[in-house]
Amino acid sequence: MTGDDTTHLPLEDMHIAAGARFGAFAGWSMPLTYPAGVMKEHLHTREHAGLFDISHMKLFEVSGPGAVSLLNRACPLDAGALELSQSKLTFFLNEAGGITDDLIVTRLGDTRFMVVANAGNAVADEKHLRALANDFDVKVDALDRVFLAIQGPEAWAVLSRAGIETGSLLFMHGIELGKNGEPRKNWFMSRSGYTGEDGFELGLPEADARDLVAKLLEDERMLWIGLAARDSLRLEAGLCLHGQDITPETDPASAALMWAVPKDIRATGAFIGADALRAVLERGPAQKRVGLKPEGRQPVRAGVALFDADGNPAGHVTSGGFGPSAGHPVAMGYVSTPLAKPGTRVFADVRGTKIPVDISSLPFTPHRYRKG
Amino acid sequence: MATTYFTEDHEWLRVEGGIATVGITDYAQEQLGDLVFVELPEAGKKLAKGDTAVVVESVKAASDVYAPVDGEITESNGTLSSDPSLVNSAATSAGWLWKMKLANESQLEGLMDEAAYQAHIG
Repeated sequence: MTGDDTTHLPLEDMHIAAGARFGAFAGWSMPLTYPAGVMKEHLHTREHAGLFDISHMKLFEVSGPGAVSLLNRACPLDAGALELSQSKLTFFLNEAGGITDDLIVTRLGDTRFMVVANAGNAVADEKHLRALANDFDVKVDALDRVFLAIQGPEAWAVLSRAGIETGSLLFMHGIELGKNGEPRKNWFMSRSGYTGEDGFELGLPEADARDLVAKLLEDERMLWIGLAARDSLRLEAGLCLHGQDITPETDPASAALMWAVPKDIRATGAFIGADALRAVLERGPAQKRVGLKPEGRQPVRAGVALFDADGNPAGHVTSGGFGPSAGHPVAMGYVSTPLAKPGTRVFADVRGTKIPVDISSLPFTPHRYRKG
Repeated sequence: MATTYFTEDHEWLRVEGGIATVGITDYAQEQLGDLVFVELPEAGKKLAKGDTAVVVESVKAASDVYAPVDGEITESNGTLSSDPSLVNSAATSAGWLWKMKLANESQLEGLMDEAAYQAHIG
């Protein structure tokens, strides 16, 4: 990718002022680490509160009488069954049942939904949504927002001190809420995130975001956290990165994500990819996504091949690194279904050395969501 | 009297009596971030200039450290097995990676001194 194609964050100047080191991710120039470094940033998020600029992700508002029907066609989702302010993880699937993106859909009103998509797929997602929208009485608006994640056990306290009350909002719920609790159409706040911690995601106009960030950083409990720590946090939490742990070649059953697909939708839903997904469920997936815990201290990384005790190919690693909170290497990957049981031992080939790896249940660090 | 040389790949070597102690520079450790594992070579391993001698692993990525000259490994820094963060905190002293017996001392002439290295990293 050439420099000219790189997209810059609206708040880039604030990251530069904070001493961020930047790197390319999904076409964006993103802060990878700040002067504290990935280890401290990771641990600070688990112990206090971390501020992440995730403006590379894209927010869409889907509204109109056909909004429920559009979403039910686009995703294995019962959009009409969502309560007001309820959020749900769902997917765009291709006709083969492969995941072209994972999304969070939140119900904002009777016929109004917020859809949050991944950076790398945002352009394709928008095109896909708009094409599908032609068949429905619905409007798709790509929102121009700064998107921030505030994560960690003290996230709510820091937000409260900055004038944002989060009290009654529970995990996987989202609302249009501004300063001092009054609703604001241009602010979106959900109690969610991608670290395994309690936390919030806020989409808001740039000027408001600048004010809020300045206020949040006055609090010593709050620290900017870069993409490197975001990746180790989400991996410890057992959460999938699209393009890595889930791809258009992965279906939700193989990815162990069927919990996101309501039971009756599996049977009767008319979403794109429904027939293919039903076929996979009927015969059972050949491979399954699992947690992987390497023995010793050496990280086992994405792309590494896995073998069974007899040396036969057993699968591969899709994400791997060191878990600063877990205190040991952590990884995720796919193994053939008979091996996908916690405690099963496989072997990772790292530069010619066979490292014993145990299939592990996920997450590696317990989730601390605020579910009420 | 030991002489210290630097490579363009951000290794340093301190040469004394035909033996080089090799590590990565402070600049390099800062670029890599917190190290969590160092894969060390066995004594007796013969390396040619440019061969991968050591793999250092940060939370995020694995990076190769190359042999700056030809030679044979005489010793690895075993302390790093239990404390890889020594490379971060003391890159040019206690965080050294390996020692090697030089096979061709004339190769040292192609390396940088400290002033040249500082100019190189700008």
